[in-house]
Amino acid sequence: MSGHSSFQSNNAIINWIEYRLPIFGFINDSLVVYPTPKNLNYWWNMGSLAGVMLVLQIVTGIILAMHYTPHADLAFASTEHIMRDVNYGWMMRYMHANGGSMFFIVVYIHIFRGMYYGSYKAPRELLWWLGIIIFILMMATAFMGYVLPWGQMSFWGATVITNLFSAVPLVGEEIVAWLWGGFAVAQPTLNRFYSLHYLLPFVIFAVVFIHLWALHVHKSNNPLGIDIKGPQDTIPFHPYYTVKDLYGMGIFGIIFAWLLFFAPNLLGEPDNYIPANPLVTPTHIVPEWYFLPFYAILRAVPDKLFGVIAMFASLFILFALPWLDTSKVRSARFRPVYKMLFWAFFINCFVLGYIGGKPAEGIFIIVGRLSTVLYFLFFLVLPFIGWFERPRKLPESISTAVLESSGGGGSSDGAPDGAAAKAEDRG
Amino acid sequence: MADSTGGDAHDPSRRDFLYVAAAGLGVVGTAGFVWPLVDQMNPSQDVLALSSIEVDISSIEVGQSITVSWRGKPVFIRHRTEEEIAKAKAVAMTDLPDPESDQARAEKPEWLILVGVCTHLGCVPLGQAGEYNGWFCPCHGSHYDTSGRIRKGPAPTNLPVPAYVFLDDSNIKIG
Repeated sequence: MSGHSSFQSNNAIINWIEYRLPIFGFINDSLVVYPTPKNLNYWWNMGSLAGVMLVLQIVTGIILAMHYTPHADLAFASTEHIMRDVNYGWMMRYMHANGGSMFFIVVYIHIFRGMYYGSYKAPRELLWWLGIIIFILMMATAFMGYVLPWGQMSFWGATVITNLFSAVPLVGEEIVAWLWGGFAVAQPTLNRFYSLHYLLPFVIFAVVFIHLWALHVHKSNNPLGIDIKGPQDTIPFHPYYTVKDLYGMGIFGIIFAWLLFFAPNLLGEPDNYIPANPLVTPTHIVPEWYFLPFYAILRAVPDKLFGVIAMFASLFILFALPWLDTSKVRSARFRPVYKMLFWAFFINCFVLGYIGGKPAEGIFIIVGRLSTVLYFLFFLVLPFIGWFERPRKLPESISTAVLESSGGGGSSDGAPDGAAAKAEDRG
Repeated sequence: MADSTGGDAHDPSRRDFLYVAAAGLGVVGTAGFVWPLVDQMNPSQDVLALSSIEVDISSIEVGQSITVSWRGKPVFIRHRTEEEIAKAKAVAMTDLPDPESDQARAEKPEWLILVGVCTHLGCVPLGQAGEYNGWFCPCHGSHYDTSGRIRKGPAPTNLPVPAYVFLDDSNIKIG
């Protein structure tokens, strides 16, 4: 994949393997000596955290699949069986359900970080695209997973979301019947969702691998958004970023553990502890929190087809972001106008999320519509910002900026310059 | 022989024909293989077989409704009051987003039979609720009138009327 490796070992067995399958060189090049910008902040922890969450979801998911029964008559009971009877079943299920939420939190921060620091810009457009594909796959996986406990929210969430496709002109009803395998969400639907819910994480895993492949071609972006100009701008991934990632993981683990052990139902819906009933819709149905902004956009449009189009557009417009942003400067640190716009967009996403969780009535409708307009307005004004905005002066290089900000004024004698100085020795 | 093979190799039309024919057959063959993989997800034969139910409606008093399950979906059977019928008939066609007369929707005006699935995104609407005192879908706020016709909200069409026949005065067959 990467070019000739600089990896060398004195161990005869490792060399024997390396000659036939250069796996140690690959690991060494991509995780050990891998040159990483020396100025990454903690927002760059999210990528590895997301990777850890994916693995955790797969592990807990495979365990749950050992005890769960994908049948309309048994699914709810088998979920409760996991909760009450299976050894540590409660922990596996809560870990999986809350793990999904934590995975989304991490990925949302990862996406916002990419937007703030312009990580989607050339030459990382395909990296960005692969990220959106992972995000869409995650949403599909999470949606189908939520259906499996076969509670009221599972059932009606599945009904509403699959019905989105009935908005397709001419063949909408046929598509929905095809998705359901019947005339309503029922046993065939549950069974196929289970099958696909098991499959998709492995597809995500594959796309993550391609995402990393693309990442490692031009390396990580950084808070300054300027290119790596030479070895003096980088430090090896290990031990600097392995340690930083592990530290962040510890903090993350504390938050996750709090949610898992002290508030495992905080992000869930009580209605999902009522078994699915195809004849009664809960009075207030809401999707999981991570879908709420998109749900708010769906409901903001008073027309079925256009509501569905707006919802999908709000997601797919992210693909166009690298070309909608006409500025050559990546990081918002040097873009005063974009920076304000970004924070407005960020806050607006929370407003949409709040509205998505509220009933569609009164003031919530008006705010929801306004917020939806603002969401798309961000993408519409973005091309013009790049033309009139006067970015602040960019630093000469990552290395000079790091030395200046650490107060060393270019001298590498001071203690705070330790890491930077070491890296320069390497160069 | 020798010069005919040489001729073939340099005859663009014959070579192109072979390419197109081979690729065309490949596409047809692949599509033929993929179709069963796609079609298996469509409703199966046993699901399709459960297509009709019979319901005894003699015990439903005026102003009462029952909900029965047909093809996994709720079906509302409402014994409408005179007032509801009058209201449904009085509506001007121009007020309806999906114009349909009440006569066309209820074979016998006192009996209104509807598939109880909101035409927006499939929730079950609540009866005798909403601004038109017909049905109201709590999910996204669609209002239906006493004939089950959409009046306000995101739903595009009226609540569908399933195929049904009166077997006699007290029994109907839906489907």
